[in-house]
Amino acid sequence: MIVIIDTGCANLSSVKFAVERLGYKVVISKEREDILGADKLFLPGVGTATEAMENLRQRGLIELVKQVDKPLLGICLGMQMLAEFSIEGGAKQADEPVPCLGLVPGTVSLMEPAPGQRLPHMGWNQIQPQSDHPLFKDIEPGSYFYFVHSYALPVGEHTLAECDYGNAFTAAVGRDNFFGVQFHPERSGKAGAQLIKNFLEM
Amino acid sequence: MLAKRIIPCLDVKDGVVVKGVKFRNHEVMGDIVPLAKRYAEEGADELVFYDITASSDARVVDKSWVSRVAEVIDIPFCVAGGIKTIDDANRTLQHGADKVSINSPALADPSLITKLADKFGVQCIVVGIDSYYCEETKQYQVKQFTGDEKRTVTTTWNTFDWVKEVQERGAGEIVLNVMNQDGVRQGYDLEQLSRVREICKVPLIASGGAGEMQHFADAFNQSDVDGALAASVFHKSIINIGELKQFLKQQEVAIRL
Repeated sequence: MIVIIDTGCANLSSVKFAVERLGYKVVISKEREDILGADKLFLPGVGTATEAMENLRQRGLIELVKQVDKPLLGICLGMQMLAEFSIEGGAKQADEPVPCLGLVPGTVSLMEPAPGQRLPHMGWNQIQPQSDHPLFKDIEPGSYFYFVHSYALPVGEHTLAECDYGNAFTAAVGRDNFFGVQFHPERSGKAGAQLIKNFLEM
Repeated sequence: MLAKRIIPCLDVKDGVVVKGVKFRNHEVMGDIVPLAKRYAEEGADELVFYDITASSDARVVDKSWVSRVAEVIDIPFCVAGGIKTIDDANRTLQHGADKVSINSPALADPSLITKLADKFGVQCIVVGIDSYYCEETKQYQVKQFTGDEKRTVTTTWNTFDWVKEVQERGAGEIVLNVMNQDGVRQGYDLEQLSRVREICKVPLIASGGAGEMQHFADAFNQSDVDGALAASVFHKSIINIGELKQFLKQQEVAIRL
């Protein structure tokens, strides 16, 4: 069973449609038995870290997600929630770093674009996968993916792909069974579909 | 490198795609889903759907078409029109839209921008601005309720002041539509775009006036906009998106092919 975790503030249906376009069945759920019984999970996110973590807490999902031992893919904010902390608060930065799930090391912080580059980092940018990781099977280095975010996870030991916008940042991360992509594979054309397929076939 | 975006805009009215000249005389261009799919296949980087009747008619607009688009489209899309509350935005995003764009409701209640940014993140809050250059006063004015000519009003906002204001309130992107140029295909208003660019720290999308491929190159190379939006040239097949992107690549514009 493939499960999209119902985080409340996310645009869940676009991820659902992307999985269905590949011919898979998928359910959106926040129920314990679905989440712990799933073979593959997606943790999508649109919103702010503050809002998203609060939603997880209210739904009792924080400890549940940490218990997952099957492959889980966080998307955009869903990837950022895998980190230890985020400083995203909405229209302004959060007063205190927001504790996240702590499943991959690092703190999500405001990006520092070069002069003439705008925030949010919005649009199609190229990624460089660091390894021959199965998540990037049949995806050429330099492929374009769709990004829309102002905060990012710095490059670290668990970075699987980098992207550059002012500085290099983590475009994809993986630690144990927890994976995350900063871009939106469900909105990244053929390359995005390939990545979702790779994840589902891992 | 971050690519410049080519963005077909589909004006939606009563569930079909329409296009008018200078915001008037709307003619039906076709069904939403096949047109959206065609643009995605031709290489569009993003789509914008403006439900042009929504803000003017003060009604709850049927957004079920958003789901139909989200089902078949694998590129991002933004929905504008009739989004006046957090609930409206939430429903639209739940249907599968990636971003929501607000225009008239932001003018009526500028705090809406901040409320939406706090709830959904600045990255999915786009503010559309309909700017009109008044020859008499030599002023750039912001217009409201442009979906219905009878209700269109000139606000007290000067375009540049409003551009600054919406950024302070949490806009994640600005679509600047120059009404003088809309639908007449004489080129984007480069002077206005360049002046807005100087004060716009978030992505800026040019809208209104594209008629030939060079107009897109000019907007990117001279006014440094992040994306260029157009409607009639794509709907009427005057410009093919694939050919446009090849042309822009040759003009050394960063483009996703």
